[in-house]
Amino acid sequence: MRATSRSAGNVEIIALEGKITIGAGDTQLREVITNAVNAGKTNILLDLSKVTTIDSSGIGELVGSYTTVTNRGGKLKLLHLPAKLNELLHVTQLITVFEVYENENEAAASF
Amino acid sequence: MERGDSERIEITISSRFENIELVQVIAEHLCENAGVDEDGSHWIGMAVREAVANAIKHGNKLDVRKKVNATFDLEGPELEITIYDEGEGFDPAKVGDPLNPQNLMKTSGRGIFYMKTFMDQVHYSFQPGGGTSLVMTKNLTKGSGIASTKA
Repeated sequence: MRATSRSAGNVEIIALEGKITIGAGDTQLREVITNAVNAGKTNILLDLSKVTTIDSSGIGELVGSYTTVTNRGGKLKLLHLPAKLNELLHVTQLITVFEVYENENEAAASF
Repeated sequence: MERGDSERIEITISSRFENIELVQVIAEHLCENAGVDEDGSHWIGMAVREAVANAIKHGNKLDVRKKVNATFDLEGPELEITIYDEGEGFDPAKVGDPLNPQNLMKTSGRGIFYMKTFMDQVHYSFQPGGGTSLVMTKNLTKGSGIASTKA
């Protein structure tokens, strides 16, 4: 998994690319989020458009990321959900937890 | 391959996460060759991914000397997938329902749920001397489990 970050106002936009699967991206995602939060960046927008594969470990890390950010008083929102990831969040009802956006400007303005 | 043919494929891997995809790809190709569409093949492949990941992590506890064996048996439209590990087994009844509100924010515990969502049947059996077999079945003429979940 590859992660690239940029700031838009008070929002950190983190674009993830590749696999978020067990042993290949799940722990990386945790590190990326932890580093951002420790740097004081607690309004996080995860751009998932280039995520190619995710499994239950990756889904679990998304949930863990949400909890990490929320516990630090911040917000974590999702941008550009790939169709299959959207389905996985629906069947586990996690779609009710995350705020999901298709438009970056709209998402950034929502924080 | 025409739907209605029989096919048997077997692969044995050491307990490394990087081997999961090998088994997943076999599942997806077998399904596509049997006429299952791309999405349906993907979801069956994902069930296999989850099963093999559990076998490596929870069954064999990441011991690379221990093997995971996967067998794919296709008889007509009926696909039976068996994932065997050398672990000590577990009590499936103790795995919490990830849809239960108190489990919703847990970071683990969704693998078996996804398997059950994408496959018709999921059954564990445990050998007295150790070793766990997971048998998953799917009738390939049915839609993907995820579609029926949404309906």
